[in-house]
Amino acid sequence: MPHIALPEGVPGIVSGFAFRPETAKPMRELAHVLLHGPNSLTPAERELIATYVSSRNDCYFCQTSHGAAAAAHLGKDWGLVDQVKRDFQAADVSDKLKALLTIAGKVQESGKRVTAEDVAHARELGATDMEIHDTVLIAAAFSMFNRYVDGLATWQPDDPTMYAAMGERLASQGYLIPSA
Amino acid sequence: MAYIDLRNDLPGIRGAMAFRPETARPLNDLVEILLHGPNSLTPGERELIATYVSSENDCYYCQTIHGAVAAASLNGDEALVKQVKHDFQNADISEKLKALLVIAGKVQRGGKHVTADDVARARAQGATDVEIHDTVLIAAAFCMFNRYVDGLGTSQPRDEAMYRERGKWIARDGYVNVSKEYLPA
Repeated sequence: MPHIALPEGVPGIVSGFAFRPETAKPMRELAHVLLHGPNSLTPAERELIATYVSSRNDCYFCQTSHGAAAAAHLGKDWGLVDQVKRDFQAADVSDKLKALLTIAGKVQESGKRVTAEDVAHARELGATDMEIHDTVLIAAAFSMFNRYVDGLATWQPDDPTMYAAMGERLASQGYLIPSA
Repeated sequence: MAYIDLRNDLPGIRGAMAFRPETARPLNDLVEILLHGPNSLTPGERELIATYVSSENDCYYCQTIHGAVAAASLNGDEALVKQVKHDFQNADISEKLKALLVIAGKVQRGGKHVTADDVARARAQGATDVEIHDTVLIAAAFCMFNRYVDGLGTSQPRDEAMYRERGKWIARDGYVNVSKEYLPA
């Protein structure tokens, strides 16, 4: 049961968004710029960062919906998504993305955990300042989204079909349009 | 010095926002609604929640600037701001705000820490669903802002007068208006 009177039958963050459209708007816009807007990191890479942080925060709705969006961008490669969540160092992703995931994991714990060495390492592997900035902000933003979704005790159904459809929609349309 | 070249000398979140205006806009819009927009919680109460969470996250820039906005919204009562950070249960604030700060502190540690009992206690002290929602989201949002500011290693000057002046300015004009100083039109 959600902690407050959220609309029934609406899952996860969508119920918080429906309850308070005023705050939903900038939160949707932020997710859209970070995950779907023009970027030298691919949408799949950015969704993997979001999924990894959500997994570390143990947010079922967020890791499953963004994992589905990542899989949709990756030609349905759910195995890679699971591998990144479980042990990204052994996953078939670039060394640059591994260095960015290391930074994201530190931000998830606390911003203060990130070191100049972590950033220098990412830069050696080709990460730009903008990519490092966006990695930090994606990880920080999901430290917000995850707390919002779990802090209200939103309804988070265990329904793989629903998340797969959501992932396809997010991957193709982005985050600005409220889902039905 | 920040970990990346922000291409400006602005301190704290302003340096990061000026670097990336595309994300700065929704970030400012969100904080404007949560802390400055119309609400049954006063701006002083909401800024105290933001300050408390930023203090728990040990973010100097955020706790100092939002502490200054809180004080400016509370007739300059900087001692009350310090007391809320230090031990809010013994601060001269309402029982409702204490119950909301308990929820905010749990969100800071992780959303799953919030219990139905915490929420029932806030409701028993008169908190509405929107106030509980906004408390959760303010606490969650500051877990983002704090990580953003510290995760980039932004410069955070120890200059109390600077924060005090900006705090008054933000309390009066709000976040979106103040952001026009460093964001392109």
